Amino acid sequence: MTIPAESKLIRWTRKHLLGLEDLSPQEIVFVLDTANSFKEVSTRSVKKVPALRGRVMVNTFFEDSTRTRTSFSLAASRLSADIIDFSEKGSSVSKGETLIDTARNIEAMGVDIIVIRHPAAGAAELLARTVQCSVVNAGDGAHEHPTQGLLDLYTIRERFGKIAGLRIAIVGDIVNSRVARSNLFALTKLGAEVILVGPPTLVPRAFEKLGAKVVHDFDSVIGSVDVVNMLRVQFERIKSSQFPSVREFTRFFGLTQERFHRCKKDVFVMHPGPMNRGVEISSGIADGAHSGILTQVTNGLAVRMAVLYLVTQAQQEE
Amino acid sequence: MSYFPHPVRNQYDESDVRRIVEHLVSRIASTFPAEKQLNIVGIRTRGEALAHRLTSMLRQHGFGNIGRGVLDITLYRDDLSEIGPRPMVRPTHLDISIDEHPLLLVDDVLFTGRSVRSALDALADFGRPGVIRLAVLVDRGGRELPIQPDFVGLTLSDVPSDHRVNVRLRETDGKDEIVVEPRA
Repeated sequence: MTIPAESKLIRWTRKHLLGLEDLSPQEIVFVLDTANSFKEVSTRSVKKVPALRGRVMVNTFFEDSTRTRTSFSLAASRLSADIIDFSEKGSSVSKGETLIDTARNIEAMGVDIIVIRHPAAGAAELLARTVQCSVVNAGDGAHEHPTQGLLDLYTIRERFGKIAGLRIAIVGDIVNSRVARSNLFALTKLGAEVILVGPPTLVPRAFEKLGAKVVHDFDSVIGSVDVVNMLRVQFERIKSSQFPSVREFTRFFGLTQERFHRCKKDVFVMHPGPMNRGVEISSGIADGAHSGILTQVTNGLAVRMAVLYLVTQAQQEE
Repeated sequence: MSYFPHPVRNQYDESDVRRIVEHLVSRIASTFPAEKQLNIVGIRTRGEALAHRLTSMLRQHGFGNIGRGVLDITLYRDDLSEIGPRPMVRPTHLDISIDEHPLLLVDDVLFTGRSVRSALDALADFGRPGVIRLAVLVDRGGRELPIQPDFVGLTLSDVPSDHRVNVRLRETDGKDEIVVEPRA
């Protein structure tokens, strides 16, 4: 029996988690390893540890969310933190208060972590420069959604035991997708090959500069990829000129049964949710044996516990 | 009563550690009934290695029904800022039911008692053992909480507070030794 005595891993010093673009590969692995330890907490009869007792996390969501918001709340409660839920509707934001003023006022009540989702790219970073407490980005416009990227990597690593060397297709509305960006940054850092698939209007060639392969013909890569990550068609963000019709999109870029049969035998199907069943993914595949969609949600909880814990611990470094 | 009487030395080598562990095992073996279930839970990292050794040696003493577990107490600590660089959070493995049966908690060094307090808090989240006993390789004094060990391998009573008692074990460090040395 050999037990590693001291972790040879890095010291986590980040008070905020704003994106995955500027994390090092070691830092990403460190979060995934930490999340692995937190996963066990959810299997106990008392699913709670006192690590963040007396801390306060506020969910500030300027966009709708089911999974992310609930997941952050549950993660905080499993760490024994107190939780405040703030939403734009019914708040003073509708009276014209600015984002910074809102955040400063929330912080003045003694909050330790602000989790923010906002339609504007850079909103989380703006907050991080303004407030003293920790800021965790829960999605800023089409920029990044770091905890989604981390939970996707965690799920892929759990399934394959590795990330390096895997071929991963991210399919659909890439240009409007913060999930695609966070995945792309993190996956390429850890040595995976990322193929972005979709029509030229939704997958511009400019993504090649970020280290991805850009493909406009789904069928040309379908048989060679280990993971297919189907993104939601974001009808609320897509301009009509980018997207001819739902039927045409499904025909060329949807994960249909017919296309699924040409995939590798052990292909892993992912989707960040919410799904448009029958548009980007057929119902049978989403609910089938190859689907990791609900596993992603389960792992999201462990990843968010790890992130909340790490950013809070980093506050003590200062 | 610990194996080595006074005066204390500053260094104990592999054969010393072996005798200290054997002493611990014989004390434990004479306390618990060998035919009943005994759960042995080590506190990461060196308590885990020590618990592993105690388990295999107790099996040679006829203990046939030992449940094993590992506790990571990082999330329960109240002294994180005092122990320097934050330790990595590692998983806890307690796949056994700890209810009712006696539980032996194992750590390498007992000092302030805060690790043991954290471990007791963690155990309470998993169940309610009939009795919890504490076995440590070294008791160096300096308690800050009303916590005392039930089984001690080695008692070091006059360790200056600016010194550390470093236990190194084969499984974690490549060799067995106990060294009292100034804090780095």
